[in-house]
Amino acid sequence: MTMQKDPLVIAGRAYQSRLLVGTGKYKDFAETRVAVDAAGAEIITVALRRVNLGQDKDAPNLLDVLPPDRFTILPNTAGCYTAEDAVRTCRLARELGDWKLVKLEVIGDPQTLYPDMRQTYEAAKVLIAEGFEVMVYSVDDPVACKTFAEMGCVAVMPLAAPIGSGLGIRNPYNLRIILEQATVPILVDAGVGTASDVAVAMELGCDGVLLNTAIAAAKDPILMAEAMRLGVDAGRKAFLAGRMPRKLYASASSPVDGTFFE
Amino acid sequence: MTPLRGGSSIAGMQIQVNGAAREVPEQITVLTLLAELGWADRRVAVERNGEIVPRSTHAQAVIEAGDRLEIIQAVGGG
Repeated sequence: MTMQKDPLVIAGRAYQSRLLVGTGKYKDFAETRVAVDAAGAEIITVALRRVNLGQDKDAPNLLDVLPPDRFTILPNTAGCYTAEDAVRTCRLARELGDWKLVKLEVIGDPQTLYPDMRQTYEAAKVLIAEGFEVMVYSVDDPVACKTFAEMGCVAVMPLAAPIGSGLGIRNPYNLRIILEQATVPILVDAGVGTASDVAVAMELGCDGVLLNTAIAAAKDPILMAEAMRLGVDAGRKAFLAGRMPRKLYASASSPVDGTFFE
Repeated sequence: MTPLRGGSSIAGMQIQVNGAAREVPEQITVLTLLAELGWADRRVAVERNGEIVPRSTHAQAVIEAGDRLEIIQAVGGG
């Protein structure tokens, strides 16, 4: 595998793709796989749930379709409302797939799915002490994001809008402050709805974007997955290129001298 | 309750598996339970009473009456 010049480095590992995708809400595993490939994602999130004891034993498993030797599996703690449950979930993830890299999210409210920060700090502390590499879902509070980085989280992932809302980047100024202070990768996790949203996030200087619903809930998820990949690439290149300053008045693009009319 | 085995020669005991009551033979190991349920050699993790049961110990880990077991897999999620 040839590595591009501008990799995303998380916990010492380099990735070519800055688009991380979830695997929920798809029609079936086949669609999930095609969407992940169209998104060009290397890191994919999964949830941990009870097996259905009555299910067909030969039914395919998500990990058969998205093999861990091909993708970096990022187990999440979705559905956890306490630090204790989040830690339990991560321990199960480590047992299940020997996964150390985890996406920590401890939810505080079912309607907004905003994180419970007190529980999230507590869980992060325990998980880091146990050797987990924690990518943490956070509010877009610069102090909170800085604290997570200082604690030893390997990436901090502030929301741009509520999970699954598709409202887009509602907090560009907060994100800018968070990015200015950043000592670890900052990824927008949650809130983006379409390709221009991820481009905005990347133009702000975010290191990556994690999304799920914006692809899965599109009319054509596969086409949207490709659009998201292009949006991330476009936004990243624009960020690296450095945009022109905004000006109040016009500035002609054609020479003002040498016109042949009075 | 779903008896794992027919016959009355094996003494049974009550445990919980994934939140549901279940009767299993005494002295059953985690590995045997997984095999009975069809989940041995699958990508699952097992927790007993809130503690991980490492895969390497499934064959030795003897289940006791009243144990609460969770058998967990990876599913689609964001």
